[in-house]
Order: sequence, then C-alpha cells, then structure tokens
Amino acid sequence: MKRLHLLSAILLLGCVAAWAQSGGELRFCLRSEPKTFNPLLVEDDASETVRYLTGGVLLRVNRLTLKAQPELASEWKVSEGGKRIRFKLREGLKYSDGTPFSAADVAYTMEQLMDPALHSSTGDAFRSGEGKVSTQVISANVVEISFPAPVANLVNLFDTVAILSAKSPQKEMAALGPFYVAEHKAGSYLLLKRNPYYWKKDAAGKQLPYLDAIRLDIEQNPEIEAMRYKRGEVHLINTVTPAIFEKLSADNASVRDAGASTDTEQLWFNQVPSAPIPAYKLAWFTSMNFRRAVSEAINRADLARIVFRGHAVPAIGIISPSNKFWFNSNLKPHPYDTANALHRLQQEGFRLDGETLRDKSGNAVEFSIVTNAGNRARESMATMIQQDLKKIGIKVNVVTLDFNSLLERMTQSYNYEACILGFQNVELDPNSQMAVWLSSADNHQWNPRQKSPATAWEAEVDKLMKAQAASGDEHKRKQYWDRVQQIAWEQEPFIYLINKDALVAIAPTVKNTEPSVFRPQTFWNVEMLALAH
Amino acid sequence: MKSVRYIAMAVLLVTALTVLFAHYLAPSGYEQQFRELPQAGPSAHHPLGTDELGRDRWARLLYGMRVSLTLAPLAALFTTMLAGLVGGLAGYFGGWTERCFKFLIDFFLSVPWLFLLITVRAALPLNISPQASVTVTFALLGLLGWAASARVICSGAKDLMKSEFVWMARASGFSGMKLVRLHLLPNLRGALLAQFWISIPVFIIAEANLGALGLGVAEPLPSLGSLLRELQDAVTLRPEPWRLLPLAVLIVVISAFQVLLNKQEVRA
Repeated sequence: MKRLHLLSAILLLGCVAAWAQSGGELRFCLRSEPKTFNPLLVEDDASETVRYLTGGVLLRVNRLTLKAQPELASEWKVSEGGKRIRFKLREGLKYSDGTPFSAADVAYTMEQLMDPALHSSTGDAFRSGEGKVSTQVISANVVEISFPAPVANLVNLFDTVAILSAKSPQKEMAALGPFYVAEHKAGSYLLLKRNPYYWKKDAAGKQLPYLDAIRLDIEQNPEIEAMRYKRGEVHLINTVTPAIFEKLSADNASVRDAGASTDTEQLWFNQVPSAPIPAYKLAWFTSMNFRRAVSEAINRADLARIVFRGHAVPAIGIISPSNKFWFNSNLKPHPYDTANALHRLQQEGFRLDGETLRDKSGNAVEFSIVTNAGNRARESMATMIQQDLKKIGIKVNVVTLDFNSLLERMTQSYNYEACILGFQNVELDPNSQMAVWLSSADNHQWNPRQKSPATAWEAEVDKLMKAQAASGDEHKRKQYWDRVQQIAWEQEPFIYLINKDALVAIAPTVKNTEPSVFRPQTFWNVEMLALAH
Repeated sequence: MKSVRYIAMAVLLVTALTVLFAHYLAPSGYEQQFRELPQAGPSAHHPLGTDELGRDRWARLLYGMRVSLTLAPLAALFTTMLAGLVGGLAGYFGGWTERCFKFLIDFFLSVPWLFLLITVRAALPLNISPQASVTVTFALLGLLGWAASARVICSGAKDLMKSEFVWMARASGFSGMKLVRLHLLPNLRGALLAQFWISIPVFIIAEANLGALGLGVAEPLPSLGSLLRELQDAVTLRPEPWRLLPLAVLIVVISAFQVLLNKQEVRA
C-alpha cells in the first residue's frame, strides 16, 4: 500500500512538473514605449528588451558564467588577432514567418549594421579602424566577417546583433528568437507570442520556449508596477528600488537581491580649464590630493547602508567587483579616514580656521554639487556627503536641476562645480568605456573633448585604452585595463561612491529562473522560463 | 460657533509660537543625521522618529513649518496685492483698460510657467544658500500666481461699479482714490481675503511639486512641501501614522485660517 502511495505521489509530481513546463502568459512591465522594433537601431531599454526576447543571435553571453554560448552559430573561430571571425551556422532554421535562415541573412544583417547612414550604435562597437567591414558567404551555412583592424571583445559583441532576414516580407519583424511581436497597442502593451519555428529544444527534446506568450505592459511608475506585482498582475520586476524591495520583502512578496551590479554612482569635479568658475576653485579641483581628500572624507559604507538600505556596496573603481574577469583585484576600497583627508589637504596648503577649511589664499572651501532632480537616491547621497564634508570644514550646497539643464551645464556651458550621476554599464567588456576614458571623448566628464591630454596620467590612460582596443589578446587587454583602473583609483577624476545591488522581484509561480546581476537580470534565460498553473 | 473660532485662534497662536521658538523645541538640528537610526519610530529622543537619513522628523517639521508658514503667506500677500491692483484697475476703469488688463491676465494664465520656473532655477547661481533658494522660489510663486485671482477681483470690481451705492457716491462727487478707498476696497475685502487664504496652501503644495523638479527648497533645509513629498511613495509608505503629521498640520492650520476668514467675510 505504501508503495502504491509513493508511486501515485511520484506520478502526481511528474504531472505537475510537466504541466509547469509549458504554456501560459508571462507578464511584466516596460518603463516606456519601445522607440524602435528595428534590432539594429536599439538604444533604449524597452527596445533592448524586445530585441532580447525576439532577436536570434549568432551567440549569446551566458549571464551567469559570462561565457559566449552557441546560438544560431554552432561554432566560430577568431583569427588574425581579432580582425576576422568565421561562423558555422545551424542548418534548417526558420524565421517566425517560416522564411528559411541562411548565411546570406548574416551577410545582409552585417551590411545593414555597418551602413554609416543607419547610425547604429550597435554597429559603432564594431568600427575598429578606417576601412570597410566585409562579409563573405563561404557556403549556405558558413560566413566570414573581416574587419579593417582588430576588434576588442569581438565575440561577445555578437550577443547584441539580432540577425535580420534578407528575404522575409515581414522584414525586421520576422524573428529568429523565442518570441515574435504579435500585437502592439501604443502606450499600453505589447504581446509577444511563441515563435512556432524556434529551433531550441530542452534536454528531453521538447521544443522551447515553454511559455505561450509574454505580455509587456507599459508602466512608467515603479510604485504602480510594485502594486501590480503584489496583486499578481505581473510576474517579474527587473529592477526594484531598495525602498520598494524592503516594502515587498516586508509584505512577504518574492524578491531577490542578486548581488552587486556593474552600475556605478560617482561624484566628480569640473576640471574644464575654460569653465566659468573661479580660478582658485579650478586649482582645488585639479589637485589630486584635494580629490582624494574629499574621497576619503566620504563614508561610502553609510551611503550603501542608509541610502540603499544595505542593497549596495562601497565602490572601488571603474569596474565593479562583480565583473570578475575585468576587475583589478589588487585594488582595495578607499578608506573612510577624515584625519588622513585633512592631512592630505594640509599638504596642499589648506588649513582649518575654526570650522571652516581655507586654501592657501584664505578662500573658504565651498562648492556646489548638482544632480538630477527627482532621483531621491542621488539627492540623499549628496545630502550625506554634505554632512560628511562638513566634518573637514568644507561647505557643500546641494542643487537639484532638471536633467536637460544639468546636461547643458555638463556638456555645453560647463557651469557647475561638482556633479553626482551614475553609469549603467550594460556591456561587461571595458572597451565600452572608451567613450569615457579617452581624453578626447565626449563623456570624459571632468574635462571632455581635450585636443591633447591635459595631464600625464590622462596621456597614459589614452595610450593604454588605445592599446587594449587594438589587441586581440584578452590577457594583454586585462593587463592594460588593470593599469587604467590603478591610475583611476589613484587620481580619482571620478570619485566612485557605490555599486548598487541588482534587486529583482520574481513571482513564485515563475519556474526555472536564475537571476543574474547583468541585464536582463530576470529573463535572460527566457526560453527556459515556465509558469506553474 | 464662537468656540470654534476660539479653537482656531488657539491653533494659530500655538502654531505661531511653535514656529517662533522652533530652535528651543527641536531636540536637534534639522540637518543633523543620526546615521545609526534611519527610519526609526517615535522615541523619547525623537518624538516623531527619524527620516530615511536619520534626521529628527519633529525638528524638521518645526523648521519646515517656520519656512512654509512664513514664506507662503508672504508670497500669498504679494500675489493678492498684485491681483487686487490689476483686477481692481481693470474693473474700475472698464473699456479699453479692462480689455488690456484682461489680455495680460489671459497671457499670464496661458504661459507654461512650469518651464519658465525651471529655466529661472537653471539660471540661478549654484552656490546660493538654501534660505536664499527657498525665498526665490516663493517670490517667483508670488510673482506668477496673481492672474487667476485678478480675474475674480476684476469681476467683483465691475459689479461694484454698476451698483447703486457707487452710482450714488459718484453722483455725490466721489471719484478716484476716494471712491476706491471708501467704497471699492471695503467691499472687495472678502474676495481679496479669500484669494489670500486660498493662495497659501496652493503655494505650499506648489513648492512641494517644484521640489520634485529641482526648484524647491534645497537640502538640508526642510519645508512643509519637502516633508509632504515623502508621502508620495504610496507603496513604500509604511503604516506609520506619525509620518502623516506634516499633512495634518497643513490641514489644521489652513482650516483655522478658513474659520477666521469666514467670520471676517460675514463681517465684511
């Protein structure tokens, strides 16, 4: 009798498991309307989500192991130090409308992607030097792409290239990914349906994805999104704020802290020589000892504990420790040490006059920190830094500005003294930071668009950045990058404050989830997700 | 009804004294961060608990009341005076003058002030103190908030100019400032006072909204508006009734003003 019960139980569990593995409509929210359905023109988060769910790529970076895995290409080979890559494609694959997939589609996609008239930021990542990118169709399932110069991180870049169909009448709407766009009501929702021709199968030979459909509701307000999650109307929240995380957690809703993300929040001083700020202030801001003193006077642990309610870690530098391969593990967190901060300032001729810090000319040390209005976390960080710096006699005025005014000051008039903003580092490869660390770059925020490097250390960073971009050897690139991180740690043009944790909410009914700190945190393995009924 | 008025007067008196002696009543400075106690509940040291940065809520409420209940009435007074001047002149003279002033009123009502306010804030120097920043904010609100009130005053003044007693006064030789002083202003007092009292909560709420756009009170200075902003997070708001006190204070103070206003209106 006992055996019978055990057998029944096993059978029942088997049925439940099989039931949970297929069907159902997964629902979650997009923060805004996707700006495009053309996967080559994606720049915003919402379009990126649609591209991830519908686009078929030659290879996919596993968000847990960070290794490239075969997708449409069953294998690939990089040659000539990163100037050439050959893909062997899977055979017999079809787009969502039944159009067959072949090497000609890869050639067509690369041609479109590299067309300068398209202005594709995805394509820009492949532009390694002067000259044309050529794609040669070797056979129906072999294709070779050649670049004029070595492309750093070449393999992983193909994670973002969704292959278009050269022949499908549906053009970019024909999908090779697990889902295709079936309905779109502007401003309201998108309905993605299972791609009937999707090629991937699970270990048991069952065709993926398990889900029938995904409904993406457009909801700008994270508070409303959280309420809908609590009511069971949505199954996932990809990015939860610490306050909502705490509230959902207190209400026993299913939330997870996936650990420190690659996103950074940083403070920097304006070092632009032509900026309309007094010369004596510019002298403070260009002094390494001044910047490091300010850095040492900031209690980063308090920022992480109070502003982010413990869901952040004090930042060390450019690369988050969660980016294990590229992080320079020799770097240690900047200490919180007000005594040492004052010592550094004294070395530069500053002195404490009562409770006011003065420079060698007697000017009271006072500056403003601007940040974007409406971002409570940044406002709170600025307020805490205001109190921290008061301890070493520095007066800080916190100013919040609407984002456009802030951008205008940062990029046009340079009329600001210090700023707090953050970077969302989507790419794991540091090559994506060329636009920040080259002294000639637009996003070299503390002193952008320099004709020649203003300092010796910026000249060295320029050299290292160019060397790593031109190298196909990962270990050499790592060495270059370790040195860049070391210089940035010492000079602190950006005073990195914290790395936020990746906070996600996943309903218990969603099975097979493996949240990652990298985007898209909750649904990176979407074809394996299933709903328990 | 008399007792209600006494209560209202007592409320306003207590509020005024509280605001005046905030620095004696507050257990700590409004900017002081007790970092080991963020989001704490009420205790002997922190009667209303602490905010998300560990700042004493009671101290912030006291100083916030001082800022808002001083500057909002001043801005309301300024805007009411402007409304009285423009609306009164339009109603008194009528004809082309009225049409010109009404055009000005319509123009002020149709301009997207929000963007103008953002532009003005963006143009302000960054190193001004929070006190100067909040003064500028309320001054701007006062300067820009008069148009709707002016329309009400204009309508009232026009009606008065057609009334029998004004005709009689004019027939008796009253004109100019004498007519305005003796007949128009006393009869418009109710409308002007109403516009004044209505403007106060409107300006406090407007300052809170502007805060979200970067034009409000700069940290760490509190205002009723900035304290009300904390109530925006409907989901994250925990069942902590003491956090609603800034809202309760605003409602009670404005209600007390309204009770006294009704009495004065009856007299008027």
